[in-house]
Amino acid sequence: MESIAQGFIQAFRLILHLDAELFGIILLSLKVSGLALMTATLFGIPFGSLIGLRKFPGRSLVISGLNTFMGLPPVVVGLFVYLILSRKGPMGFLGLLYTPSAMVIAQTILALPIVAALCHSAIVDVQPVIRQAARTLGATPLQVTATVIAEARYGILSAVIAAFGRVMAEVGAILIVGGNIAGYTRVMTTTIALETDKGNFELALALGIILLVISFGINTALHVFQRKGIRGVKQWG
Amino acid sequence: MRTLAVSITSALILLIAPIAPLAATDGEISRIRCASTTSTQNSGLFDYILPIFEKRTGIKVDVVAVGTGAAIEIGKRGDADVVLVHAKEQELKALAEGFFVNRRDVMYNDFVVIGPPVDPAKIRGIKLASGALRKISETAQPFVSRGDRSGTHTKELAIWKTANIVPAGQDWYLEVGQGMEKTQRIADEKRAYTLTDRGTWLSTKDNLDMAVLLEGDPALFNQYGVMAVNPEKHPYVKYREAMEFVNWLVSKEGQETIASFKDKLENRLFTPNAK
Repeated sequence: MESIAQGFIQAFRLILHLDAELFGIILLSLKVSGLALMTATLFGIPFGSLIGLRKFPGRSLVISGLNTFMGLPPVVVGLFVYLILSRKGPMGFLGLLYTPSAMVIAQTILALPIVAALCHSAIVDVQPVIRQAARTLGATPLQVTATVIAEARYGILSAVIAAFGRVMAEVGAILIVGGNIAGYTRVMTTTIALETDKGNFELALALGIILLVISFGINTALHVFQRKGIRGVKQWG
Repeated sequence: MRTLAVSITSALILLIAPIAPLAATDGEISRIRCASTTSTQNSGLFDYILPIFEKRTGIKVDVVAVGTGAAIEIGKRGDADVVLVHAKEQELKALAEGFFVNRRDVMYNDFVVIGPPVDPAKIRGIKLASGALRKISETAQPFVSRGDRSGTHTKELAIWKTANIVPAGQDWYLEVGQGMEKTQRIADEKRAYTLTDRGTWLSTKDNLDMAVLLEGDPALFNQYGVMAVNPEKHPYVKYREAMEFVNWLVSKEGQETIASFKDKLENRLFTPNAK
């Protein structure tokens, strides 16, 4: 119990005297997870919208597949990306293993199904009457699609928030493909794992608290934005 | 199915690679990758010697710290340029297979058997490591094994073999498959014995309620060696830079740097012995 209390004190001391190394680690975490989230969003939203809006053969299979991949174990993704990026693997010529880029790739694969699947549900949840109304008002098919996506935007934002939570908290995949190289591929979660091994519980706990605070801050910002939007829609409706 | 998954992921990677601008693009400094062991990394040795090497040569060394078995495997696949490990037999085998070139002895320290200070198996005072391990097995006291083909694990298995005991599958024998620190931590929590290199032990003992119960057996000698990945197997490895690292480690300056590395209590953790 005492060590936990001491951990908190130590944590706040560390946060107050943020050194360059720790700052670099935090920054890299945000960069890697941020880029992965951006990439996953870039591909996930069109994909999720497509399966939400279009009927095509095998659609329900794709949806079940996406839902399954939402729960992909990070270590399996890590291993898979490792084998593909390794010099002996099919993409080895890129020389990406043990670089931050490899970490972005692994986290993108983890985030993509979450964005796509949750985006799909948000689109499906949009009232059919909106689609009909748009069509009645003379919208082209592209405009109808745009209207539905706009209507689902807060559900889509939830998808992005969920994916962000997944990648910020993730350690298994990035440890395997990044190698936890000091000053190069070491991020917050892998540092926490390492410092726990070394018995530096205070530092590990401090990092854990910083990680939580950052996640809380970003989620709060997104949530405020989302709430505003929902209120706006209600007023309009 | 597997081919399909590989091609889909590959396509995805090709799509993502250009928009992942974090790739190593530092033109002015060259960096090499060294696959090494948790003992060299977590004792603080690399943090101490690498800045000195970088200052001297301008070469930055990225360390991937894993067990010796995994480090050799990474080198064999061409995912590192140089390896610094501690299981001479495994090293010589990989060398003979042509995966590596120019192996050199760098330094040594020794292994020790640690356990609960009360020593429930009563191994204190035993001279031979094999004798101590036999005592642990006879009294069925818990023993935590790395179980990860690391240099320490290799040494431990050799000692069991000398003692003529097959520990695998016994209730008291816990194979954890973790790095040295985590293995020590598990042993501490379980009030068990374990084998550790002295470097890691000296850097972690303040956080553990354990004691050295056996040391000094010549069988516990722990030699570290460095070798470069064979550029004929993997043409893209940075062989020239890797050899600069190898040559520096065994040079007078490199050896003196290793000798001057001390822990908080002024213990020397590694003794240089390049020839």
